[in-house]
Amino acid sequence: MTPKEQGFLEDVQAGGQVETTDWMPEDYRAKLIKFIEMHGNSELMGVLPEREWILRAPTLQRKLALTAKVQDEVGHSQLIYRVVEDLGKPREQCFDDLISGKSKFHNVFHYPTKTWGDVGVIAWLVDAAAIISQKALLKCSYAPYARIMKKICWEESFHILHGRDVILTMMNGTDEQRELVQEALNRWWGPLMQFHGNPIPREDDPMYVWRIKSQGNEEARQQFLDGYVPQIWELGLTVPDPKLRKRDDEGVWEYTEPDWDELKHVVTGHGPKTADRLDLRRRARENSAWVRSVVLADAA
Amino acid sequence: MIYEVFRQERKGQPFQHAGSIEAPDDHFADVYAREQYGRRGESAALWIVPRAAVLEIDEFVDELDRNYHRVDGYSLKAKLKEARERAGTAAAAPDS
Amino acid sequence: MNEQEQQLLLQIADDELILGWRDSEWTGIAPMLEEDVAFSSIAQNEIGHARALYELVARARGTTADELAFDRTPEEYLCARIVELRLMDWERTIARHVLYEEADAARLERLKASEDAEIAGLAAKIDREEAYHRMHAAMWDERLRGEQRYLSALDELRPLLDERDGHTDELAELWEQMTVVRRSVPGATW
Repeated sequence: MTPKEQGFLEDVQAGGQVETTDWMPEDYRAKLIKFIEMHGNSELMGVLPEREWILRAPTLQRKLALTAKVQDEVGHSQLIYRVVEDLGKPREQCFDDLISGKSKFHNVFHYPTKTWGDVGVIAWLVDAAAIISQKALLKCSYAPYARIMKKICWEESFHILHGRDVILTMMNGTDEQRELVQEALNRWWGPLMQFHGNPIPREDDPMYVWRIKSQGNEEARQQFLDGYVPQIWELGLTVPDPKLRKRDDEGVWEYTEPDWDELKHVVTGHGPKTADRLDLRRRARENSAWVRSVVLADAA
Repeated sequence: MIYEVFRQERKGQPFQHAGSIEAPDDHFADVYAREQYGRRGESAALWIVPRAAVLEIDEFVDELDRNYHRVDGYSLKAKLKEARERAGTAAAAPDS
Repeated sequence: MNEQEQQLLLQIADDELILGWRDSEWTGIAPMLEEDVAFSSIAQNEIGHARALYELVARARGTTADELAFDRTPEEYLCARIVELRLMDWERTIARHVLYEEADAARLERLKASEDAEIAGLAAKIDREEAYHRMHAAMWDERLRGEQRYLSALDELRPLLDERDGHTDELAELWEQMTVVRRSVPGATW
């Protein structure tokens, strides 16, 4: 590392903030783009599992709430890709890389949604897992990203309430509805436990070293368990992990080691729905290419 | 074209930079900014400006430390103490 | 509110409901991200309008908006054929949007003149929101005027605006999807 890079590193580690036009080490810029792009990809791909249920929402209120939630996610991807573009990678290139599989998106969006129970579990627990990471990003050393995270976190707050409302309504309903929730939870627990990534010590995580992330993976997962396992148990739901418990002495949650091979396999493009969803994106993009060329053609 | 969006949260408050959008012209930019930064009724008003119209200034020169037009250029404590002692009001006056 | 007024309100509500349902299918896959957000709001507004109209009729009939929206059979809906079509290409989506907004504006003007204060009041509210839809439609119409595929789409869809006698298979397919969760546990609260 050059002295200038070392100085930059010390500055961000001391809480320094970086703006778009500031000098930054090439490695920092590259890591930043990769991280933020993956977030944008995830928001955009996250839309697809939920979209199907927009059509099947069982009440007008749920229809509106779910459409608004998915709309927010598209809005978030817009905010995020703008940040990436200002760092030097155009939006269209991001889409190229997403569709070709060159860039990645979070594991949870590679799985199918099978019932209305999934809709509730995703909005309640997947969004909760995401918001824990997102709150930690409020302290990102790259200021433009930290700033959009404020808007994103604020908007996510209604998503979790919507999710919890859907779940509570079902839990207070019929046996069939309660079964839908438990069954969905059973399927989503594995991916949820993998979501925050494998527990590498944060000093070994380059994203933490550059203060792009301000929290280690295990720290995030513990926060998730702390916040949400009690919420799950208080409804009479069971978590499909017999080892899950909190060690009273240290306040640390113990659990069955997640399948890190599965995580790697899925995020490298081999999830159950990866190919279908990327194909949907590719086709939608191709069908609307003429629109962009007409509309954006004469724009500067 | 990239447009910068400034939003005012409530009347009377300053307009603050909120983000940017891509739009082919002012008409589209109006619609898009309105949605991204106002669909929840969270903004009292928005200003949208093509990015090219924004002039950035981020370097300021003050080599000779012009503290005479800042508060830190005025250290009155010692002078005030002397003035009070001369007037015999030192013990009664509160520290200021 | 007499039966004739109820039928008219249901006709508008059904148009808005089905069009809103169709328009919401673009959420996540619209041509540009910014447009995706904007168009989704239009879809939500349409559903919102439908809901408000259903609520008026529901009160007169002693039922609920959800029951009117979901629990009738496809044959009982009063929507125009044009809104039932699944149009997943942008030229026909915008063409429908432009044509529908124009026809709807005329309809809303008549409704705003209703003797029933509640109906007139709701029509005025809806019209104020529709002003933005019309702005959006005009914006796209101007941009796409030079495209043959768009002009062809307008020609193809214009005749369908007033066709209300009988429904397409597409409505039945949409209804299946719309009601699948609701029918899975009849009478349940969601």
